[in-house]
Amino acid sequence: MNKEKIIEVKSLSKKFDSFTAVDNISFEVEKGSVFAFLGPNGAGKTTTIRMLTTLLKPTKGSIKVNGFDPVSEKNNVRNSFGIVFQDPSLDNELTAYENLVFHSVLYHVPKEMRKERIDSMIKFVGLFDRKDDYIKTFSGGMKRRLEIARGLIHHPKILFLDEPTLGLDPQTRNHVWNYIKELNKKERMTVFFTTHYMEEAEKMADRIAIIDHGKIVKIGTGKELKKETKTDSLEMAFLKLTGHEIRDDESTTKKERMRITGKMWGTR
Amino acid sequence: MKAVYIMWLRQLKRYWRSRGRMIGFLGQPILFLIALGFGFGPIYKAAGGGDYIQFIAPGIIAMTALFSGMFSGMEVVWDKQFGFLKETLVAPVSRVSIMVGKTLGGATVATIQGIIVFIVCLIIGFRPMNLIYLPMAFVFLFLIAFLFTALATAVASKLEDMQAFPVIMNFIIMPLFFLSGALFPLNNFPRPIYIVSKFNPLSYGVNGLRMTLTEVIKFGAVFDFLILLILSGLIVAIGSYLFSNVEV
Repeated sequence: MNKEKIIEVKSLSKKFDSFTAVDNISFEVEKGSVFAFLGPNGAGKTTTIRMLTTLLKPTKGSIKVNGFDPVSEKNNVRNSFGIVFQDPSLDNELTAYENLVFHSVLYHVPKEMRKERIDSMIKFVGLFDRKDDYIKTFSGGMKRRLEIARGLIHHPKILFLDEPTLGLDPQTRNHVWNYIKELNKKERMTVFFTTHYMEEAEKMADRIAIIDHGKIVKIGTGKELKKETKTDSLEMAFLKLTGHEIRDDESTTKKERMRITGKMWGTR
Repeated sequence: MKAVYIMWLRQLKRYWRSRGRMIGFLGQPILFLIALGFGFGPIYKAAGGGDYIQFIAPGIIAMTALFSGMFSGMEVVWDKQFGFLKETLVAPVSRVSIMVGKTLGGATVATIQGIIVFIVCLIIGFRPMNLIYLPMAFVFLFLIAFLFTALATAVASKLEDMQAFPVIMNFIIMPLFFLSGALFPLNNFPRPIYIVSKFNPLSYGVNGLRMTLTEVIKFGAVFDFLILLILSGLIVAIGSYLFSNVEV
């Protein structure tokens, strides 16, 4: 067993004004493993990913990603991972192919390998016949697939997936996960993903951290979590640990509002 | 370098694909040119100022570069809202190349818009003094475009949404434009306003463009050129710094 840690987080906190989004969490992810962040809406999953991926400065605590600090060694960290964001992040006015070229150039994929890699990834997600179409003509599921392809194109050491399978049908979900699992095994690519689908976490992840109100409630394998909570399904374990109350998702409503304003302005 | 190129290319592709909107943006300068040019022309002439179209054309071309540059910069806010900026920001490239790539792209677009308006000016009767100076005029046009795209990009990195856009339009862009000498000579202004206009970077752009298009080149043009160049460098530096602190 190799116990090399590729992500190490110690007493990490993030405060927005008076609101504490992430509250003193610590965890480690082993190289080559699949790690899931499981939690209800607004639990701090995305905020944690943003801090791990250099997009947000932590208020307190320390992070090491692939041995580098996302605050002081941003570029080294950025070179280490690929990411699929929760919200769409493609350029609607470019074609699928152009979006991937843009990405490959920014990630220093050598020119002679670019076309081959893009073609193979775009085929893999089943969008080859649509590669020269504008993103604005794509459905939500197609965009998601393309974003997953994009996150993998530069063969990252770590893949961050923020609710990756949201909006994907079971076939695609299965297909994508099989491929990610394969890369995980073959290239020892570490996978860090957030989800609120219990069965996805249980099936895919080697270890699961249940997070709620910015705190990690429990970390362990699916089995351990069930055992510790004396429940027979992860869903029951999850509900037992996080309670039954329903949360709002403030962050998305604000974004939605902006999108609507955007449409009114007639851009994209 | 490659990062700068691909960001520049993206801007140009987007420009080419949204021609309709871009032509829409030409409406305003062309309206100014025709309405003011023909409206004030006779008065200007009667007052002994000569051909008003000759005077106003460089100003309107500068205005086009200013407005399109500003708008290109504001597109950063769209990128933020539509998530694309995140994709750029997590990429392992220096923030300087992001800033420069975005600015070069926007500035190229603004320059093309300026050249289109220049052609419209020719059609309605504007005549450059000396064709030899034309390349220098385009250099000035590009510098104006670059400076104000950079400024808008830097400002946009701090903005969360487009709500601030009208404020910026009314309190930065319009004053810059009116106090630049684009539409009327500044020397007759009351002293305080005249002094303020000396701190307006667009004044130097308009002056340089007007000199290269309609006058004999004097030493002042070199001064204008240097001011624009130094300010551009400064704003790119500030913008790069701001981009390294953007949180999305």
